Amino acid sequence: MVKKVYGSAAEALEGVLFDGMFIAAGGFGLCGIPENLIAAIRDAGTKDLTVASNNAGVDDFGLGVLLATRQVKKMISSYVGENAEFMRQYLSGELELEFNPQGTLAERMRAGGAGIPGFYTKTGVGTVIADGKEVKNFDGQDYILERGIVADLSIVKAWKADDTGNLVFRKTSRNFNPPAATCGKICVAEVEEIVPRGSLNPDEIHLPGIYVHRLVQGQHEKRIEQRTVRTREEA
Amino acid sequence: MPWDRNQMAARAAEELEDGMYVNLGIGIPTLVANYVGDKDITLQSENGMLGMGPFPIDGEEDADVINAGKQTITELDRTSYFDSAQSFAMIRGGKIAAAVLGAMEVAENGDLANWMIPGKLVKGMGGAMDLVAGVGRVIVIMDHANKKGESKLLKECTLPLTGKGVVDRIITGLGVFDVVPGGLKVVEIADGVTMADIEAATEATLVA
Repeated sequence: MVKKVYGSAAEALEGVLFDGMFIAAGGFGLCGIPENLIAAIRDAGTKDLTVASNNAGVDDFGLGVLLATRQVKKMISSYVGENAEFMRQYLSGELELEFNPQGTLAERMRAGGAGIPGFYTKTGVGTVIADGKEVKNFDGQDYILERGIVADLSIVKAWKADDTGNLVFRKTSRNFNPPAATCGKICVAEVEEIVPRGSLNPDEIHLPGIYVHRLVQGQHEKRIEQRTVRTREEA
Repeated sequence: MPWDRNQMAARAAEELEDGMYVNLGIGIPTLVANYVGDKDITLQSENGMLGMGPFPIDGEEDADVINAGKQTITELDRTSYFDSAQSFAMIRGGKIAAAVLGAMEVAENGDLANWMIPGKLVKGMGGAMDLVAGVGRVIVIMDHANKKGESKLLKECTLPLTGKGVVDRIITGLGVFDVVPGGLKVVEIADGVTMADIEAATEATLVA
């Protein structure tokens, strides 16, 4: 029986981290981010990282903690507006940034994980995103060639897992986690709860365990980025 | 009197029809949800949700239920969740009937600029480039002029583009404009606004 469950985030990352590596991370804003694995990478001190992630966290949470420690060399993201330290490092030239349209980034991860080295998309045609990329006309419409992403390591967060790595996500915290999980040569997942084998409904697995190599049950702060509410009277 | 932001949002809501799946951008477009009335509209949030409900009641926020602006929201009885690749597959695949977006500039050929100002803080395009390239219809809601009083409806965009030739209809405080061959066609004028007002405030070519 292959053991996928590890006792801590640090143990789950043992032997897979190296300087200069390429990491794909799940999460959208601070929702569904692998917060325990990010903290373990900070503690490991792995540096010169290239990280593909839709966002870059905030100053003191999410991927922001790896920016604060200068462990990140380059980000591949669609939106980074919530992180002041990120902008400071970027504007001073300390940090490289490659903007990808959000759907292009998601599809690059999905394609990379599915063995598809590139795909054509209308997204970005006629914009700076198309600079230097092959343009091909299909049925009268221009498309640009985008490359699939294959990362050295994927770090993702799910709600529940069984010990074989089958994952179930919760509500909008699914976001980039499944495509990010599939595109890593090694995928480490942190979950809120590891449940006994057989207790997840096989028809309701969101990501099959074939994509998940290592698992850890973590403690999750699940910080809210923009708390918006209405009063009971308004409802 | 030109339309205010709520009136612009109400006018944009008239563009939406029963059965449509729609993506609303951040800012004024979000207000459109307040004016759909009894129409059967399903809102998409590109972080992975169809059937977006209102903000939660104070104390019932769930960190796992947010919209694309990272705000806490709620689900409805029709809601479904999916991953980001699936979300943009339905956008890129043309399944979303319309997107309502804000803009910095729109050109008379339908070019749209709404993601960056060179030399200023660049936050990123998020899902805007995918949305304008993929959805069935792109409706822009924006002020007619910028803070300096200059027309935002231009002959050519000066800012880096979000999409080329992607805008179908523009709603400003002064009226409603369609992108047609040769320029912008005035399809509706706000109450109390005259054609002369529009001509004076608009750089783009206006066609009959």
